[in-house]
Amino acid sequence: MDEARRTVLRSAGATGVLAAALAAGLLKPERAIAASWNKAGFDAKSAVDALKSIGAGDTKESGDIVIEAPQIAENGAVVPIEITSKVPGTTALAVLIEKNPFPLTGQFRFMDGALPFVKVNVKMGESSIVRVVAEAGGKYYTATKEVKVTIGGCGG
Amino acid sequence: MTKRSLRRGAVTTAALIAVAAAPAFAQDEKKEIQKYQQMIAEGSPAELWELSGEELWTKKQGPKNASLEGCDLGLGAGKVKGAYAHLPRYFKDTGRVMDLEARLLYCMETLQGRSDKDARARLFGNANKPSEMEFLVAYIVGQSRGVPMAAGASHPKEKEAFEMGKALFFYRAGPWDFSCASCHGEEGKRIRMQDLPVLSEPPGARKAYTTWPAYRVSNSQLKTMQWRLNDCYRQMRFPEPTFGSDATIALTHYMAVLAKGAPYAGPGTKR
Amino acid sequence: MAGPMKARAKMQGNYADVRVLMSHPMETGQRKGGDGKPVPKHFIQNLTVKLNGKTVIEGEISQAVSRNPVFSFRIGGAKPGDKIEISWLDNKGESNKTETAVA
Repeated sequence: MDEARRTVLRSAGATGVLAAALAAGLLKPERAIAASWNKAGFDAKSAVDALKSIGAGDTKESGDIVIEAPQIAENGAVVPIEITSKVPGTTALAVLIEKNPFPLTGQFRFMDGALPFVKVNVKMGESSIVRVVAEAGGKYYTATKEVKVTIGGCGG
Repeated sequence: MTKRSLRRGAVTTAALIAVAAAPAFAQDEKKEIQKYQQMIAEGSPAELWELSGEELWTKKQGPKNASLEGCDLGLGAGKVKGAYAHLPRYFKDTGRVMDLEARLLYCMETLQGRSDKDARARLFGNANKPSEMEFLVAYIVGQSRGVPMAAGASHPKEKEAFEMGKALFFYRAGPWDFSCASCHGEEGKRIRMQDLPVLSEPPGARKAYTTWPAYRVSNSQLKTMQWRLNDCYRQMRFPEPTFGSDATIALTHYMAVLAKGAPYAGPGTKR
Repeated sequence: MAGPMKARAKMQGNYADVRVLMSHPMETGQRKGGDGKPVPKHFIQNLTVKLNGKTVIEGEISQAVSRNPVFSFRIGGAKPGDKIEISWLDNKGESNKTETAVA
């Protein structure tokens, strides 16, 4: 499956090829078309289905993905998550919040020297595992961190 | 307003009962909450309010079709840089001690010719209907970043405001017999997981006063000191204080003077 | 009309540390408005970061990103004076962008 996808991508120039490949589900939409959006992934109700939509059905735990996030979030409306991938050759990162109604929260592609790093503020409906998936050399690596969401008192 | 108050009331009562009985919670949890506070403060949406505020400052409005650029915030007409750090202070033209928000109201009315009703139409905003005041405050306080707090303390009226603020801080009233000091007058108090700063002593006052106004995550809005006082009074079940009243200015002045010397951090981000 | 947007880029060793603030409601479609009815979905879906006109980061995000999003990125190979442009596109077809020079 991966090989076929890569071949199609390399030859992706003719609209016909792209259209056929897209229909066959071989292309990740965000690679082929500029302002497309991974609807299948973002609408997926489970992290497993969301990961399948980005081709990351098979992932390997990695200590080289660093997730910097508070263990306790005072307000689930804004939870800061900072991700760095030290896996060599990382070209993409995906962030999932497992207990959210739609776990896939973001996917980022890095090119031409942009570092595989992102800091983003996310909404968490409840305490949950935050999962990061990194794509490097056609393989997928993953790491998690648990973030607890509290019902705050005041905080100013 | 009523429904929200009732809901908040039920929740806060339970929480306050917990304040009285609860043991101090783990140091680890405290550290993690501090980490949360630090991470959300890096890059605050408050800066966007500053940008909008700068535009509003120069916008011609009101019957006089004038901007606020001629407003004297204490350092002279139109001088914005560093002005907030010197507030509240006594103003000769009004004969009273004024905080930033009272002064802005004054300039809206005198420079722009806007009626009191118009200027006060939307003092506290929400996501759908923002408040001009919140944008303007963000811009002006942003221009005092790094400036040491130096609220007026020499004029007799300024000294009087300080004493009044102090008295109000410890004044118990309302159906729960609360004062500001009930929550903010003693070390080691908290509401659920939030530590309550002691605002009647310089260390606590410095930390609190240099990080307001702030983008408040719970409201998705920038909230000002006048708002913070109004909301505290609401939570204490006091009658609503008048915006820019002598009482609210006195309380602000009290904290500002206790925070003397601390460099202003600029609009913060809070839960 | 898109709200204000602001970006800052500063050299940190061999990469530019980029922070961008954007004003956007990021409505999930779950929140009930003043009239009791759910506020329709309205959120940023695409983010593009360009270095001197060349796309270096492409992001796709969901409505689970916080209201008034704040992002940080690191652009390797950037130098002081380089132009960083960040743009977004939301589910209603609205867009905004901002530019900053690397300090």
